[in-house]
Amino acid sequence: MNFDYAFAWSIVPDLFQGLLVTLQVVILGFLLAVLLGLLLAIAQRSKNALVQRLSYGYLSFFRHTPLMVQLYVLFFALPLAGLTLPAISTGVIGLGLYYAAYIAEAFRGAIEGVPAGQWEAARALDFDNATTWRRIVLPQALKPMLPVLGNYLIGMFKETPLLAVITIPELFQAAKQIAGMTYRYNEPYTVMALMFLAISVPTSLLFKYFERRSHV
Amino acid sequence: MLFDASTLDTARFIARQLANGALVTLEITFFAQVVVVVMSFVIALMRLSPWRALRWIATVYVEILRGISALVLLFYLFFILPLFGITLAPMTTGILGLGLTFSAYGSEIVRSALSNVARGQRDAIKALDFDAITAFRRIILPQALPFMLPPMGNQLVELLKTTSLVSLITLSDLTFSGGQLITTLGQQTLIWSIVLVCYFVMAWPLSWLVKRYERRVTHWRRGVAP
Repeated sequence: MNFDYAFAWSIVPDLFQGLLVTLQVVILGFLLAVLLGLLLAIAQRSKNALVQRLSYGYLSFFRHTPLMVQLYVLFFALPLAGLTLPAISTGVIGLGLYYAAYIAEAFRGAIEGVPAGQWEAARALDFDNATTWRRIVLPQALKPMLPVLGNYLIGMFKETPLLAVITIPELFQAAKQIAGMTYRYNEPYTVMALMFLAISVPTSLLFKYFERRSHV
Repeated sequence: MLFDASTLDTARFIARQLANGALVTLEITFFAQVVVVVMSFVIALMRLSPWRALRWIATVYVEILRGISALVLLFYLFFILPLFGITLAPMTTGILGLGLTFSAYGSEIVRSALSNVARGQRDAIKALDFDAITAFRRIILPQALPFMLPPMGNQLVELLKTTSLVSLITLSDLTFSGGQLITTLGQQTLIWSIVLVCYFVMAWPLSWLVKRYERRVTHWRRGVAP
Protein backbone atom coordinates (compact mmCIF):
# COMPACT_ATOMS: atom_id res chain seq x y z
CA MET A 1 0.00 0.00 0.00
CA ASN A 2 1.52 3.26 -1.03
CA PHE A 3 0.95 6.80 0.08
CA ASP A 4 -0.97 8.83 -2.51
CA TYR A 5 0.33 12.39 -2.25
CA ALA A 6 -2.31 13.87 -4.57
CA PHE A 7 -5.10 12.35 -2.47
CA ALA A 8 -3.41 13.44 0.74
CA TRP A 9 -3.21 17.00 -0.59
CA SER A 10 -6.87 16.96 -1.67
CA ILE A 11 -8.12 16.15 1.83
CA VAL A 12 -6.09 18.89 3.54
CA PRO A 13 -8.89 21.53 3.32
CA ASP A 14 -11.42 19.19 4.96
CA LEU A 15 -9.02 18.30 7.72
CA PHE A 16 -8.14 21.95 8.17
CA GLN A 17 -11.80 22.72 8.86
CA GLY A 18 -11.65 20.08 11.58
CA LEU A 19 -8.46 21.58 12.94
CA LEU A 20 -10.17 24.97 13.28
CA VAL A 21 -13.01 23.43 15.31
CA THR A 22 -10.43 21.64 17.46
CA LEU A 23 -8.56 24.89 18.16
CA GLN A 24 -11.78 26.71 18.96
CA VAL A 25 -12.86 24.06 21.49
CA VAL A 26 -9.38 23.92 23.04
CA ILE A 27 -9.07 27.68 23.50
CA LEU A 28 -12.56 28.13 24.98
CA GLY A 29 -12.17 25.02 27.13
CA PHE A 30 -8.80 26.24 28.35
CA LEU A 31 -10.22 29.62 29.39
CA LEU A 32 -13.02 27.88 31.28
CA ALA A 33 -10.53 25.50 32.92
CA VAL A 34 -8.23 28.32 34.05
CA LEU A 35 -11.10 30.34 35.53
CA LEU A 36 -12.72 27.39 37.26
CA GLY A 37 -9.33 26.05 38.36
CA LEU A 38 -8.54 29.38 40.00
CA LEU A 39 -11.90 29.42 41.80
CA LEU A 40 -11.36 25.85 43.01
CA ALA A 41 -7.86 26.67 44.23
CA ILE A 42 -9.18 29.67 46.17
CA ALA A 43 -12.05 27.54 47.52
CA GLN A 44 -9.47 25.05 48.83
CA ARG A 45 -8.06 27.76 51.05
CA SER A 46 -11.47 28.85 52.27
CA LYS A 47 -12.08 28.79 56.01
CA ASN A 48 -15.51 27.32 55.39
CA ALA A 49 -15.13 23.55 55.85
CA LEU A 50 -18.02 22.75 53.51
CA VAL A 51 -16.57 24.78 50.63
CA GLN A 52 -13.20 23.11 51.21
CA ARG A 53 -14.75 19.62 51.24
CA LEU A 54 -16.76 20.26 48.10
CA SER A 55 -13.80 21.52 46.13
CA TYR A 56 -11.68 18.62 47.34
CA GLY A 57 -14.39 16.18 46.30
CA TYR A 58 -14.63 17.84 42.90
CA LEU A 59 -10.89 17.57 42.37
CA SER A 60 -10.60 13.94 43.34
CA PHE A 61 -13.64 12.84 41.38
CA PHE A 62 -12.66 14.56 38.16
CA ARG A 63 -9.04 13.47 38.44
CA HIS A 64 -9.87 9.81 38.96
CA THR A 65 -12.32 9.22 36.13
CA PRO A 66 -11.70 9.16 32.37
CA LEU A 67 -12.53 12.25 30.35
CA MET A 68 -14.26 10.15 27.71
CA VAL A 69 -16.84 8.77 30.13
CA GLN A 70 -17.32 12.24 31.64
CA LEU A 71 -18.10 13.50 28.14
CA TYR A 72 -20.65 10.72 27.64
CA VAL A 73 -22.38 11.61 30.91
CA LEU A 74 -22.46 15.33 30.07
CA PHE A 75 -23.68 14.63 26.56
CA PHE A 76 -26.67 12.70 27.85
CA ALA A 77 -27.22 14.37 31.22
CA LEU A 78 -27.29 18.02 30.13
CA PRO A 79 -30.41 17.55 27.94
CA LEU A 80 -32.10 15.72 30.84
CA ALA A 81 -31.39 18.76 32.99
CA GLY A 82 -33.18 20.86 30.39
CA LEU A 83 -29.99 22.23 28.81
CA THR A 84 -29.87 21.42 25.13
CA LEU A 85 -26.55 22.73 23.91
CA PRO A 86 -24.77 22.13 20.62
CA ALA A 87 -22.17 19.36 20.83
CA ILE A 88 -19.32 21.87 20.64
CA SER A 89 -20.45 23.63 23.83
CA THR A 90 -20.71 20.28 25.58
CA GLY A 91 -17.14 19.63 24.49
CA VAL A 92 -15.96 22.98 25.83
CA ILE A 93 -17.73 22.35 29.16
CA GLY A 94 -16.37 18.79 29.36
CA LEU A 95 -12.77 19.77 28.68
CA GLY A 96 -13.08 22.78 30.97
CA LEU A 97 -14.49 20.81 33.92
CA TYR A 98 -11.90 18.05 33.55
CA TYR A 99 -8.83 20.25 33.18
CA ALA A 100 -10.01 22.65 35.88
CA ALA A 101 -9.31 19.86 38.38
CA TYR A 102 -5.71 19.60 37.19
CA ILE A 103 -5.14 23.32 36.86
CA ALA A 104 -6.60 23.92 40.34
CA GLU A 105 -3.95 21.61 41.76
CA ALA A 106 -1.23 23.58 39.97
CA PHE A 107 -2.71 26.88 41.19
CA ARG A 108 -2.81 25.53 44.73
CA GLY A 109 0.91 24.75 44.57
CA ALA A 110 1.69 28.18 43.13
CA ILE A 111 -0.42 29.95 45.77
CA GLU A 112 1.28 27.99 48.53
CA GLY A 113 4.58 29.12 47.03
CA VAL A 114 3.78 32.76 47.86
CA PRO A 115 5.71 33.47 51.09
CA ALA A 116 3.64 33.75 54.26
CA GLY A 117 5.20 37.18 54.88
CA GLN A 118 3.23 38.55 51.93
CA TRP A 119 -0.06 37.54 53.58
CA GLU A 120 1.05 39.01 56.88
CA ALA A 121 2.17 42.26 55.26
CA ALA A 122 -1.18 42.55 53.46
CA ARG A 123 -2.97 42.09 56.75
CA ALA A 124 -0.68 44.55 58.53
CA LEU A 125 -1.49 47.12 55.84
CA ASP A 126 -5.18 46.42 56.40
CA PHE A 127 -5.94 45.24 52.88
CA ASP A 128 -9.28 43.49 52.61
CA ASN A 129 -9.44 39.88 51.48
CA ALA A 130 -10.30 40.52 47.84
CA THR A 131 -7.57 43.13 47.39
CA THR A 132 -5.00 40.83 49.00
CA TRP A 133 -5.84 38.10 46.52
CA ARG A 134 -6.07 40.37 43.51
CA ARG A 135 -3.11 42.68 44.07
CA ILE A 136 -0.69 40.71 46.23
CA VAL A 137 -1.07 36.95 46.03
CA LEU A 138 -2.28 36.17 42.52
CA PRO A 139 0.24 38.32 40.62
CA GLN A 140 3.05 36.51 42.41
CA ALA A 141 1.47 33.08 42.06
CA LEU A 142 0.69 33.43 38.36
CA LYS A 143 4.20 34.01 37.09
CA PRO A 144 5.60 30.54 37.81
CA MET A 145 2.29 29.11 36.54
CA LEU A 146 2.91 30.06 32.93
CA PRO A 147 4.92 26.99 31.83
CA VAL A 148 2.55 24.71 33.75
CA LEU A 149 -0.46 26.22 32.00
CA GLY A 150 1.37 25.78 28.70
CA ASN A 151 1.77 22.07 29.35
CA TYR A 152 -1.93 21.74 30.13
CA LEU A 153 -2.85 23.65 26.99
CA ILE A 154 -0.85 21.19 24.88
CA GLY A 155 -2.25 18.28 26.88
CA MET A 156 -5.79 19.50 26.18
CA PHE A 157 -5.05 19.83 22.51
CA LYS A 158 -3.96 16.23 22.41
CA GLU A 159 -7.09 15.05 24.22
CA THR A 160 -9.41 16.62 21.65
CA PRO A 161 -9.71 13.48 19.47
CA LEU A 162 -11.96 12.26 22.30
CA LEU A 163 -14.50 14.91 21.39
CA ALA A 164 -15.26 12.88 18.27
CA VAL A 165 -17.16 10.42 20.49
CA ILE A 166 -19.76 13.09 21.20
CA THR A 167 -20.09 13.92 17.48
CA ILE A 168 -18.07 17.15 17.45
CA PRO A 169 -16.72 17.64 13.91
CA GLU A 170 -13.12 18.21 15.02
CA LEU A 171 -9.91 17.06 13.32
CA PHE A 172 -10.10 13.42 14.33
CA GLN A 173 -13.74 13.13 13.33
CA ALA A 174 -12.93 14.73 9.96
CA ALA A 175 -10.16 12.18 9.36
CA LYS A 176 -12.42 9.32 10.42
CA GLN A 177 -15.15 10.48 8.06
CA ILE A 178 -12.79 10.74 5.11
CA ALA A 179 -11.41 7.30 5.92
CA GLY A 180 -14.93 5.90 6.16
CA MET A 181 -16.03 7.40 2.86
CA THR A 182 -12.99 6.58 0.75
CA TYR A 183 -11.78 3.41 2.48
CA ARG A 184 -8.32 4.96 2.53
CA TYR A 185 -6.93 5.05 6.05
CA ASN A 186 -3.28 5.82 5.49
CA GLU A 187 -3.54 9.37 4.15
CA PRO A 188 -6.22 10.90 6.43
CA TYR A 189 -4.69 9.57 9.64
CA THR A 190 -1.16 10.46 8.58
CA VAL A 191 -2.11 14.02 7.60
CA MET A 192 -4.03 14.28 10.89
CA ALA A 193 -1.02 13.10 12.92
CA LEU A 194 1.18 15.62 11.07
CA MET A 195 -1.31 18.40 11.84
CA PHE A 196 -1.24 17.46 15.52
CA LEU A 197 2.55 17.56 15.50
CA ALA A 198 2.54 20.83 13.55
CA ILE A 199 0.59 22.50 16.35
CA SER A 200 1.86 20.78 19.46
CA VAL A 201 5.61 20.78 18.79
CA PRO A 202 5.90 24.56 18.08
CA THR A 203 3.62 25.36 21.04
CA SER A 204 5.77 23.24 23.32
CA LEU A 205 8.95 24.93 22.01
CA LEU A 206 7.36 28.36 22.53
CA PHE A 207 6.52 27.62 26.16
CA LYS A 208 10.00 26.17 26.72
CA TYR A 209 11.38 29.46 25.41
CA PHE A 210 9.14 31.47 27.78
CA GLU A 211 10.23 29.28 30.66
CA ARG A 212 13.92 29.72 29.90
CA ARG A 213 13.48 33.47 29.57
CA SER A 214 11.64 33.81 32.87
CA HIS A 215 14.41 31.91 34.66
CA VAL A 216 17.17 34.23 33.45
CA MET B 1 -41.58 -3.87 48.18
CA LEU B 2 -39.09 -1.43 46.85
CA PHE B 3 -37.33 -3.64 44.32
CA ASP B 4 -39.17 -6.28 42.35
CA ALA B 5 -37.50 -9.33 40.88
CA SER B 6 -36.97 -7.90 37.41
CA THR B 7 -35.22 -4.79 38.76
CA LEU B 8 -32.89 -7.01 40.76
CA ASP B 9 -32.23 -9.12 37.69
CA THR B 10 -31.37 -6.03 35.67
CA ALA B 11 -29.09 -4.79 38.42
CA ARG B 12 -27.35 -8.15 38.53
CA PHE B 13 -26.98 -8.11 34.75
CA ILE B 14 -25.46 -4.62 34.83
CA ALA B 15 -23.09 -5.58 37.63
CA ARG B 16 -21.91 -8.71 35.81
CA GLN B 17 -21.31 -6.89 32.53
CA LEU B 18 -19.43 -4.06 34.20
CA ALA B 19 -17.36 -6.45 36.31
CA ASN B 20 -16.27 -8.29 33.16
CA GLY B 21 -15.35 -4.97 31.57
CA ALA B 22 -13.48 -3.84 34.67
CA LEU B 23 -11.40 -7.03 34.57
CA VAL B 24 -10.39 -6.33 30.97
CA THR B 25 -9.55 -2.74 31.95
CA LEU B 26 -7.31 -3.96 34.77
CA GLU B 27 -5.69 -6.53 32.49
CA ILE B 28 -4.84 -3.92 29.85
CA THR B 29 -3.60 -1.53 32.53
CA PHE B 30 -1.30 -4.20 33.96
CA PHE B 31 0.28 -5.27 30.67
CA ALA B 32 0.56 -1.71 29.37
CA GLN B 33 2.30 -0.75 32.61
CA VAL B 34 4.83 -3.56 32.02
CA VAL B 35 5.55 -2.07 28.58
CA VAL B 36 5.79 1.39 30.15
CA VAL B 37 8.31 0.33 32.79
CA VAL B 38 10.53 -1.58 30.36
CA MET B 39 10.48 1.09 27.63
CA SER B 40 10.89 3.94 30.13
CA PHE B 41 14.14 2.44 31.40
CA VAL B 42 15.40 1.62 27.91
CA ILE B 43 14.70 5.13 26.61
CA ALA B 44 15.96 6.87 29.75
CA LEU B 45 19.24 4.93 29.64
CA MET B 46 19.55 5.73 25.94
CA ARG B 47 19.09 9.43 26.69
CA LEU B 48 21.78 9.26 29.36
CA SER B 49 24.18 7.21 27.22
CA PRO B 50 27.49 8.63 26.01
CA TRP B 51 26.71 7.86 22.35
CA ARG B 52 25.12 10.71 20.50
CA ALA B 53 23.18 8.50 18.04
CA LEU B 54 21.39 6.67 20.88
CA ARG B 55 20.58 9.94 22.63
CA TRP B 56 19.20 11.34 19.41
CA ILE B 57 16.98 8.33 18.67
CA ALA B 58 15.60 8.44 22.20
CA THR B 59 14.84 12.16 21.97
CA VAL B 60 12.97 11.70 18.69
CA TYR B 61 11.02 8.79 20.22
CA VAL B 62 9.95 10.89 23.18
CA GLU B 63 9.07 14.01 21.18
CA ILE B 64 7.00 12.13 18.59
CA LEU B 65 5.07 10.04 21.09
CA ARG B 66 4.40 13.06 23.26
CA GLY B 67 3.34 15.07 20.23
CA ILE B 68 0.63 12.72 18.99
CA SER B 69 -2.07 11.58 21.37
CA ALA B 70 -2.72 8.06 22.60
CA LEU B 71 -5.92 7.79 20.59
CA VAL B 72 -4.21 8.80 17.35
CA LEU B 73 -1.49 6.22 17.97
CA LEU B 74 -4.07 3.53 18.75
CA PHE B 75 -5.94 4.23 15.51
CA TYR B 76 -2.69 4.30 13.60
CA LEU B 77 -1.71 0.90 14.94
CA PHE B 78 -5.20 -0.51 14.50
CA PHE B 79 -6.07 0.71 11.01
CA ILE B 80 -2.82 1.49 9.25
CA LEU B 81 -0.41 -1.26 10.28
CA PRO B 82 -2.69 -3.90 8.69
CA LEU B 83 -2.27 -2.07 5.39
CA PHE B 84 1.44 -2.78 5.64
CA GLY B 85 0.71 -6.44 6.28
CA ILE B 86 1.12 -6.28 10.08
CA THR B 87 -2.06 -7.28 11.85
CA LEU B 88 -2.11 -7.11 15.63
CA ALA B 89 -4.88 -8.41 17.84
CA PRO B 90 -6.94 -5.56 19.38
CA MET B 91 -5.59 -6.47 22.82
CA THR B 92 -1.98 -6.24 21.62
CA THR B 93 -2.74 -2.99 19.82
CA GLY B 94 -4.24 -1.49 22.98
CA ILE B 95 -1.38 -2.59 25.20
CA LEU B 96 1.29 -1.42 22.74
CA GLY B 97 -0.41 1.86 21.90
CA LEU B 98 -0.95 2.89 25.52
CA GLY B 99 2.36 1.42 26.67
CA LEU B 100 4.38 3.30 24.06
CA THR B 101 2.58 6.61 24.62
CA PHE B 102 3.03 6.49 28.39
CA SER B 103 6.63 5.29 28.12
CA ALA B 104 7.51 8.62 26.49
CA TYR B 105 6.38 10.39 29.67
CA GLY B 106 7.73 7.63 31.91
CA SER B 107 11.21 7.83 30.43
CA GLU B 108 11.39 11.48 31.51
CA ILE B 109 10.48 10.46 35.07
CA VAL B 110 13.13 7.73 35.08
CA ARG B 111 15.72 9.99 33.51
CA SER B 112 15.28 12.82 35.99
CA ALA B 113 15.29 10.40 38.94
CA LEU B 114 18.48 8.73 37.70
CA SER B 115 20.26 12.01 37.09
CA ASN B 116 19.11 13.19 40.53
CA VAL B 117 21.48 10.74 42.21
CA ALA B 118 24.29 12.80 43.67
CA ARG B 119 27.44 13.41 41.66
CA GLY B 120 29.61 12.06 44.50
CA GLN B 121 27.95 8.67 44.23
CA ARG B 122 29.05 8.39 40.61
CA ASP B 123 32.59 9.39 41.52
CA ALA B 124 32.60 6.81 44.30
CA ILE B 125 31.43 4.12 41.88
CA LYS B 126 34.35 4.93 39.62
CA ALA B 127 36.80 5.08 42.52
CA LEU B 128 35.66 1.69 43.82
CA ASP B 129 35.83 0.24 40.29
CA PHE B 130 32.28 -1.15 40.19
CA ASP B 131 31.24 -2.50 36.82
CA ALA B 132 28.37 -0.64 35.18
CA ILE B 133 25.66 -3.23 35.88
CA THR B 134 26.48 -3.70 39.56
CA ALA B 135 26.76 0.05 40.03
CA PHE B 136 23.36 0.60 38.46
CA ARG B 137 21.69 -2.21 40.39
CA ARG B 138 23.25 -1.64 43.80
CA ILE B 139 24.05 2.08 43.96
CA ILE B 140 22.13 4.20 41.45
CA LEU B 141 18.76 2.46 41.24
CA PRO B 142 18.09 2.08 45.00
CA GLN B 143 18.68 5.81 45.44
CA ALA B 144 16.67 6.82 42.40
CA LEU B 145 13.66 4.64 43.17
CA PRO B 146 12.07 6.82 45.88
CA PHE B 147 12.11 9.74 43.43
CA MET B 148 10.74 7.59 40.65
CA LEU B 149 7.88 5.71 42.26
CA PRO B 150 5.46 8.52 43.21
CA PRO B 151 5.32 10.10 39.74
CA MET B 152 5.25 6.62 38.20
CA GLY B 153 2.29 5.78 40.43
CA ASN B 154 0.44 8.93 39.42
CA GLN B 155 1.12 8.01 35.84
CA LEU B 156 -0.35 4.57 36.47
CA VAL B 157 -3.57 6.27 37.58
CA GLU B 158 -3.56 8.25 34.34
CA LEU B 159 -2.94 5.04 32.41
CA LEU B 160 -5.87 3.33 34.09
CA LYS B 161 -8.13 6.21 33.06
CA THR B 162 -6.75 6.34 29.55
CA THR B 163 -7.49 2.65 28.95
CA SER B 164 -11.06 3.80 28.32
CA LEU B 165 -9.79 4.71 24.82
CA VAL B 166 -9.38 1.06 23.86
CA SER B 167 -13.17 0.75 23.79
CA LEU B 168 -12.92 2.63 20.48
CA ILE B 169 -10.80 -0.13 18.93
CA THR B 170 -13.43 -2.78 19.81
CA LEU B 171 -11.86 -4.04 23.05
CA SER B 172 -14.54 -4.92 25.59
CA ASP B 173 -13.22 -2.93 28.55
CA LEU B 174 -15.29 -1.14 31.18
CA THR B 175 -16.29 1.73 28.88
CA PHE B 176 -17.17 -0.67 26.06
CA SER B 177 -19.36 -2.71 28.45
CA GLY B 178 -21.10 0.51 29.42
CA GLY B 179 -21.80 1.23 25.76
CA GLN B 180 -23.14 -2.26 25.23
CA LEU B 181 -25.43 -2.04 28.23
CA ILE B 182 -26.83 1.17 26.79
CA THR B 183 -27.62 -0.49 23.46
CA THR B 184 -29.62 -3.14 25.33
CA LEU B 185 -31.09 -1.11 28.21
CA GLY B 186 -31.02 2.56 27.22
CA GLN B 187 -30.65 4.72 30.39
CA GLN B 188 -27.55 6.51 29.08
CA THR B 189 -27.06 8.94 31.95
CA LEU B 190 -27.51 6.29 34.64
CA ILE B 191 -25.19 3.72 33.06
CA TRP B 192 -22.45 6.20 32.21
CA SER B 193 -22.62 7.57 35.75
CA ILE B 194 -22.20 4.04 37.14
CA VAL B 195 -19.22 3.55 34.82
CA LEU B 196 -17.70 6.79 36.12
CA VAL B 197 -18.07 5.58 39.69
CA CYS B 198 -16.45 2.24 38.74
CA TYR B 199 -13.39 4.05 37.38
CA PHE B 200 -13.24 6.21 40.49
CA VAL B 201 -13.38 3.16 42.74
CA MET B 202 -10.45 1.62 40.85
CA ALA B 203 -8.31 4.74 40.52
CA TRP B 204 -8.76 6.42 43.87
CA PRO B 205 -7.23 3.71 46.10
CA LEU B 206 -4.25 3.60 43.76
CA SER B 207 -3.60 7.27 44.12
CA TRP B 208 -4.16 7.04 47.89
CA LEU B 209 -1.39 4.42 48.06
CA VAL B 210 0.91 6.65 46.03
CA LYS B 211 0.26 9.58 48.34
CA ARG B 212 0.97 7.44 51.40
CA TYR B 213 4.21 6.13 49.95
CA GLU B 214 5.26 9.63 48.96
CA ARG B 215 4.61 10.93 52.46
CA ARG B 216 6.69 8.09 53.89
CA VAL B 217 9.72 8.58 51.67
CA THR B 218 9.72 12.37 51.90
CA HIS B 219 9.02 12.93 55.59
CA TRP B 220 12.74 13.30 56.34
CA ARG B 221 12.94 16.09 53.78
CA ARG B 222 10.13 18.04 55.41
CA GLY B 223 11.55 17.38 58.86
CA VAL B 224 8.30 16.08 60.40
CA ALA B 225 7.21 12.72 61.67
CA PRO B 226 5.54 10.48 59.05
